[in-house]
Amino acid sequence: MNFEEHAAKPLLARHGIAVPVSRLAATPDEAEAAAREIGKCVVKAQVPTGKRGKAGGIKLAATPAESRAHASAILGMEIGGWPVHRVLVEAQTGIARELYASILNDSASKGPMLLFSAMGGMDVEEVAEKDPHAMRRVAIAIATGLTDEQARNAIKGLGLDAVAGELVRVLLALYRAYRDLDAELIEINPLVVTTDNRIIALDCKLTIDDGAVPRQAEIAATAAPEKYTRLEAEAAAAGLKYIELDGSVGILANGAGLTMTTMDVVAHFGGRPANFLEIGGEAYTKAKTALSIVLANQNVKSVLVNFCGAFARTDVMAEGVINAWQELSPDVPIFFTIHGTGEDQAVALVRERLGIEPYDLMDDAVKAAVAAAADHEVRA
Amino acid sequence: MIPRRNDRILIQGITGKQGTFWTKAMQDYGSKVIGGVNPSKAGSEHLGVPVFASARDAAKTAPFDVSCMFIPPMLAKAAAIDACEAGARLLVCLTEHIPSHDVMEIHVAARANGTRIVGPNTAGLVTIGECFVGIMPAFNDRVFSNGRVGVISRSGSLGTLVSLVLTQAGMGQSVFYGVGGDPMIGTNSADALRILDADPGTDAVVLCGEIGGSAEEEAADYARTMKKPVVAFIAGRQSPPGKKMGHAGAIVSGGKGDYASKRAALEKAGVAVADTPSALPRLLAPRLASSAA
Repeated sequence: MNFEEHAAKPLLARHGIAVPVSRLAATPDEAEAAAREIGKCVVKAQVPTGKRGKAGGIKLAATPAESRAHASAILGMEIGGWPVHRVLVEAQTGIARELYASILNDSASKGPMLLFSAMGGMDVEEVAEKDPHAMRRVAIAIATGLTDEQARNAIKGLGLDAVAGELVRVLLALYRAYRDLDAELIEINPLVVTTDNRIIALDCKLTIDDGAVPRQAEIAATAAPEKYTRLEAEAAAAGLKYIELDGSVGILANGAGLTMTTMDVVAHFGGRPANFLEIGGEAYTKAKTALSIVLANQNVKSVLVNFCGAFARTDVMAEGVINAWQELSPDVPIFFTIHGTGEDQAVALVRERLGIEPYDLMDDAVKAAVAAAADHEVRA
Repeated sequence: MIPRRNDRILIQGITGKQGTFWTKAMQDYGSKVIGGVNPSKAGSEHLGVPVFASARDAAKTAPFDVSCMFIPPMLAKAAAIDACEAGARLLVCLTEHIPSHDVMEIHVAARANGTRIVGPNTAGLVTIGECFVGIMPAFNDRVFSNGRVGVISRSGSLGTLVSLVLTQAGMGQSVFYGVGGDPMIGTNSADALRILDADPGTDAVVLCGEIGGSAEEEAADYARTMKKPVVAFIAGRQSPPGKKMGHAGAIVSGGKGDYASKRAALEKAGVAVADTPSALPRLLAPRLASSAA
């Protein structure tokens, strides 16, 4: 889960990293009042995505009137597909240098990694493009954590001697925050050296591991909303992974790999998938809710059920689908292909209760579902 | 390593609903389950084997080679470290959604104790007709049949489909190696290729990849050095970028980990990539014939 700047920065402050004074504002009036309190300020769009500055979502304001004017321009903008509902009105900082610092999960070393660069203010990809050596990478042993020596080495030779002690303290605090928050990524960009040699975090990007939510419940409550459609939100609330797409073949499969594959094979035979929805893992008992969500998408003209049960028992899943199908009695055709754990019972259930013969070959089931969706579109 | 008939298997979380169902399936298959773990039922017996308070306790009286975990995510770190410290040579970690920092600590314990970890978020391993550890439909002979093709998969469900397709085409399998759908797994696709390359029972390998990460690119580097033929299918060609496709590891971000780059890397290494799972046997047949000759 991702966090907007206004939610992430107090978490840095809690770990001893200085951030500017700021107020959150949802209206131009509030932005004006905040500026009156703060003085010269920056008005910043609050959306969980990068490149806000380039999109015109970050503006300097010298007066409360300017703060108001910028807020009314920024509120209601859309940045990276996110509507801006709030701005952060933040005190301006006297900047001497802009640095970059982040800690992230590194898949290659299977441990944390510190990234540090003296070229702050631009994104990581831009720095890598300009000068691949400008980004310093320090693999961290999770058993010992980021050491004083590692932090010192990371900032060496970059003309930062005057602030080295404070900068090392900030990097160690950033690592502490990463660990305490179960972060996948915690990034300060820019991390500035002020004209009076203080270190201040002017922005913070934070992603917390979804798996850690049960032990980060308090923090998780302040996370940015997900960019969900109505059905995606409904599915998420039911604990299902559903992604709405623009095609007409509704898909119900178990397991992430099989569900992606089913989408691919539908497209291979000329159809267009209407959704990704997997009910594998612990979700396999939720087949009924799952089918209701697939059918609630008005674009769905046929439904393809593809089960290859391993952990997920196909008999349990099939029973859920059949119950839902009989209850909802939808106006579209359904096609089955079922293999793996519990397949004999599952196939028998589909035959007996729906009078439908499941396909032995997945390709045949996919072709039938694609053809039915095309027919239905022609008739409609 | 590949699980063998005589490998002694410990089941952590043996008394739970899933632990019970799958342990019984493993026993029926012939896997040598020697005991289980549940701290609150230590001293009792379950499915005919003793239950211990911990893996370390089990190791004292019931030494084991492999441990298989049916443990919920928030308790997985402690259980995995227990298994490593108890001397497991192989730990099959089925649990999905283990917090990533915990996964890192598990890998530290594995390295310190010389334990190979398969997973997290794997569906397990099947040595066809010999030994089964995990949550695969090993016992379903329409899915798995004994033969000489190794199957590697990040996904249990896709691995099941591909094994089924091979069986339908009359191509039996030697080993199913589920590597897991998490971003930080102990044994990746390249490691699994190396293991199957060294297996005398395997003549060819089918690699089932998916979008996200760089496992297929790394596997391609190894496949280039192999004499045994490798063919592949990669799931996720139609998946929209920037979305997690179920597995935590299956996400295309910043143009990395996409279908096209994986396919190109594999093809450049001489690995034929199938458009659909059903096309795999057609790609495999001529390569199997020439490698057997």
